[in-house]
Amino acid sequence: MNIFLQQVINGLNAGSIYALVAIGYTMVYGILKLINFAHGEIMMFGAYFAYIAAVFFGWPFYVVILFSGCVTAFLGFLVEFIAYRPLRNAPRLSMLITAIGMSMFLQNLARLIFGADPIVMPKIFPSAIFNIGGIDVSSVTLITIGLSVAMMILLQLFIKNTKQGRAMRAVSENQDAAVLMGIDVNKTISLTFIIGSALGALGGILYSTAYITISPTMGTMPGLKAFIAAVLGGIGSIPGAMLGGFIIGMFETLIKAYISTTWADAIVFALLIIVLVVKPTGILGKNVKEKV
Amino acid sequence: MDKAIKKSYIINFSAVFLLWLLFYCGQQFGFISNYLIGIIINSCIMIIMATSLNIVAGFLGEMALGHAGLMAIGAYTGAVVSGWLLDAVSLPHIVVLVLASLAGGLLAAGIGALISLPSMRLRGDYLGIVTIGFAEIIRIFFINFEPTGAANGMTGIKRLTTMSNSFWIMAIIVALIFTIGKSRYGRAIMSIREDEIASEASGIPTTKYKVLAFALSSFFAGIGGSLYAHYQGYLDPNKFQFNYSIEMFTIVVLGGLGSVTGSIISAIVLTVLPELLRQFSTYRLLVYSLALIVMMIFRPQGIFGRYEFSLSKFMDEMKDKKKDKQKGSAA
Repeated sequence: MNIFLQQVINGLNAGSIYALVAIGYTMVYGILKLINFAHGEIMMFGAYFAYIAAVFFGWPFYVVILFSGCVTAFLGFLVEFIAYRPLRNAPRLSMLITAIGMSMFLQNLARLIFGADPIVMPKIFPSAIFNIGGIDVSSVTLITIGLSVAMMILLQLFIKNTKQGRAMRAVSENQDAAVLMGIDVNKTISLTFIIGSALGALGGILYSTAYITISPTMGTMPGLKAFIAAVLGGIGSIPGAMLGGFIIGMFETLIKAYISTTWADAIVFALLIIVLVVKPTGILGKNVKEKV
Repeated sequence: MDKAIKKSYIINFSAVFLLWLLFYCGQQFGFISNYLIGIIINSCIMIIMATSLNIVAGFLGEMALGHAGLMAIGAYTGAVVSGWLLDAVSLPHIVVLVLASLAGGLLAAGIGALISLPSMRLRGDYLGIVTIGFAEIIRIFFINFEPTGAANGMTGIKRLTTMSNSFWIMAIIVALIFTIGKSRYGRAIMSIREDEIASEASGIPTTKYKVLAFALSSFFAGIGGSLYAHYQGYLDPNKFQFNYSIEMFTIVVLGGLGSVTGSIISAIVLTVLPELLRQFSTYRLLVYSLALIVMMIFRPQGIFGRYEFSLSKFMDEMKDKKKDKQKGSAA
């Protein structure tokens, strides 16, 4: 039983990271109808920035997170400004290809700057092990789950209660109507990228502390899984992305623990396909009727 | 047969034949190095992959991001079948290669039809995700499948693919895809791209044609995979990653969705370009990805759009121009 609870906590740990990254995918998709393939690379850059802040400046962990979040948010803003904004009225497919190009570009930029070899992420969080009811929980796990959940609550409050949050919801609902209501669409989209990238950076930091290494290609697989989490939860819906992230993380951990490590990814993908075939819009997605 | 069509067949066949003759003589007399022959074979394989992906991505208009998975099925099946055949019976190499490729293609077509089943309920991005999922499952299957070497890869595949046979197989496949695109089936598939509801209302069994498009595309992808296996002599399951599917999809989009000639040109350019940039290998992929972004910003419909380059049409135009000039000088 204890082992099972331990695995559940590990699952929550992985799930909260996927959820953070999935939010970035789902927000951008909600507004631009674009699968932002570069998001996994944004996450990777977040981890590298944290590495720089921790190793070269030796800052405490909250400054590290703040620094990495800000710089990565700026990077996300730049990506949108340079690559996606000129394509605002282009067909969706060309935006998708641009996103793929951007993902390749960032990956190779990182390879050029930081080198292709994986580097070891220093322990930026204070480490201790707590014993809660017979289960060993490390402080890193607690911080990961705590930080992610806090960020998600903050994001929900922001989206629900502030003027900018309302603007974001309005733009994702209907861009043309939002313009008529006096909303600056470009500014709102930039804000979406800034928030998504900052959360992605946090995801990257937590992911790299959990798996210890950073490399230019570290963003691809978690990025893909986070995207799948977003689709599973119903893409475009922020609570859906959180739910999807936790489901994917939990399933992956439990399958790795009890069924097979090598087949885990395949089983996760199979589950995704089954869910999509049964409910094509994801768990919390809205069903849009097709009109003739 | 219509005279004009006959003429265009003859022109195209002789152009392809002359190209092959050039390569063949180059190889025989040594003015095309083995390195260049390798690039030609790789281009042929990539052309097969890109044009076959174009059936689903261009003609049917669905986002198919799992082509590498289908290629993997063709590659592994082809390698296993050719291994059996070479052990059991003594056939000429070309027959073994064709049989193995057909087997790989057929199995890939079956799996492709299976992948297309969710497409009855899913569209667009969701279908894209399902194809990614299937391709990843296939890759993980081969990583764990002991008889084909699991994660270590499959070794000892007889290297049957040569410049000539890959060139001709490529030429036949491209010709087939051209004719499919112009046939009743091709038009039905394209009508689904334009408007699924309208085409269903016009009496086209859309489900049947979707499955057909996926199966055809996978069939040719399987053959491409088999050629790849018999060229490399070695298969690494991690070659067939998500990134590889993306690369093929990018080739099709850059060439122009729905344009077979566009796919061919783009496949050649994107195979040759990285080789040319090899000396700047650190900056190679950086330049490549920047080119992609710039291309999308300034020419989002791809190099060709939906335009098809036709040699016979081109020659007619040249003739007309010449006539115009003569008229102009006479007047």
